[in-house]
Amino acid sequence: MRNINVYLHRYWQLYAMLVLPVAYFVVFRYGPMYGVTIAFKDFNLFQGVSQSPWVGFDVFKQIFKMDAFYLALRNTFMLNFLDLVFSFPAPILLALMLNEIRSVLYKKISQTILYLPHFISWVIIGGIVYQAFSTSSGIVNTLLGKIGVAPIPFLSDKYYWIFTYLGTGVWQSAGWGTIIYLAALTAINKELYEAAEVDGAGRFKKMWHITLPGIKSTIVVLLVLKLGEMVQIGFERPFVIGNVTVKEFSEVLSTFVYKVGLQTGEYSVATAVGFFQAVVGLVFILTANYIAKKTTDEGIL
Amino acid sequence: MNAASRGNRLFDVVLYVLLFISLVACLAPFLHIVSISMSSNKPILSGQVTIFPMELNFSAYSRVLADPTMLRSLWFSAYLTVIFTVFCMVMTILAAYPLTKKELKGRRFVMYLIVFTMFFSGGIIPEYILIKQLHLLNSMWSLVLPLLVNPFYMIIMMTFFQNIPKSLEESAELDGSSHFGTLVRIILPLSMPVIATLSLFYAVNRWNGFMDTLFYITDPNLYPLQLKLYQMVMNSMMTDQMQMEGAQIIQVLPESLKAASIVFATLPILIVYPWLQRYFVSGIMLGSVKG
Repeated sequence: MRNINVYLHRYWQLYAMLVLPVAYFVVFRYGPMYGVTIAFKDFNLFQGVSQSPWVGFDVFKQIFKMDAFYLALRNTFMLNFLDLVFSFPAPILLALMLNEIRSVLYKKISQTILYLPHFISWVIIGGIVYQAFSTSSGIVNTLLGKIGVAPIPFLSDKYYWIFTYLGTGVWQSAGWGTIIYLAALTAINKELYEAAEVDGAGRFKKMWHITLPGIKSTIVVLLVLKLGEMVQIGFERPFVIGNVTVKEFSEVLSTFVYKVGLQTGEYSVATAVGFFQAVVGLVFILTANYIAKKTTDEGIL
Repeated sequence: MNAASRGNRLFDVVLYVLLFISLVACLAPFLHIVSISMSSNKPILSGQVTIFPMELNFSAYSRVLADPTMLRSLWFSAYLTVIFTVFCMVMTILAAYPLTKKELKGRRFVMYLIVFTMFFSGGIIPEYILIKQLHLLNSMWSLVLPLLVNPFYMIIMMTFFQNIPKSLEESAELDGSSHFGTLVRIILPLSMPVIATLSLFYAVNRWNGFMDTLFYITDPNLYPLQLKLYQMVMNSMMTDQMQMEGAQIIQVLPESLKAASIVFATLPILIVYPWLQRYFVSGIMLGSVKG
């Protein structure tokens, strides 16, 4: 008993500091987790979360019969997978290039410019994209017209739209993604380059045989983590870049939840979809972490 | 030897050309938007404006600045961002500092509680219902309270605190300093780089944040800039408005009006960005190499 008093006397301030943050996590992070129970209830806003009647797995049976759900699920996987193929290598290539730049000033300026798109909101990016790629007055189609190419429906044809979606993703994230690779590059032993030079290796050979293997483990970890996020998808990018004409491809789980839940008011259905996504996402990320640990003993947890 | 140096020069040429193309690709969309916002109607309509403005004309800006709802959104966003950033930093510091103390009982439990939320969440509908039941819809607090501590940023801050030499804290304690006093007088003054980095991240997230504003805010008086911009750019509202106001005002194309609004909303970020750049690079590296 005395010991506890001594301990509390010594540490009460630290506990006092934790009170507000812990309260925040309990209310605003765990509160919604309690709200997930409405996926198993016939939720009625007037009765609230606790009073609404239980219905078991009825809501899940309902969503597994919805074509729109499978479409959103398919699109989520499809867009994430294509994003992986196009957006993942971009920062690696950029980092390799930046690493070879010998002028410090030029490198600094390049980095400043390349990081910039990361700080631009999706609403603004959407505005720029719609301005630049529209078929009527967009600059891209105007320029294409000058070299005799017919207008390309970048925003209204679903197949072209995918390229628009992927392109904006690369544009927004490639530069920012280089930071972590550049950090990994600083750890490479300089003597390796000197040794290779003595052996007569050119700059491309050095890049291929020393630099790239030097960041291999970073690449693997990030790749595995990306795979772990296959079922998670941000709301803003597909919502802002997408539109009615391409909804066959642009409707993903997050936008689907928004439309079903907040626009049509089917809270239980939307919550069940969100819950499904969260659980599958958790399984994916834990598996990915396990694999990352096995392959590189550098997990993230 | 000669062949090798020629190869190296070729390598350099290819390298600089590729990087230059990347830089242009990054900047061109901005320059295009800026040019559209500052050009006259005729060159815009004929598609001549690429990355340089033609026939300078600032009427789009005067229209944007004359729109009281636009200015109100700007001020509200600025106010919201400042309040949000201060609250988030205070809460993040309050969470991070005690959790770096290995001898604190219950530390691991709290840590698990927090880290778990990085991998699992209730989802947007239960969050919406919570906000509704707390009567926070259409209140600026719905855009502040749910995001107070970002667990990832908190871990970055903890990593930083842990790298501060223990002896500094110990000598402060010997001099009779309380934990709170040590935090305020010793730790925080040494933590300016990480505080600057995370403040920037929090501020940018709030300034750019759009999803929660779309969900929680329906009162036009409380539209943050991004939501206002979304309504303008994505809806055709703009053109209707213009037609209603008729020919008495100088005709401004919706294109240049949208472009001017976009530039207007991006400007604050462009102004603070170069000042804080040196901080966030080291900050993010700190976070990423925790292993």
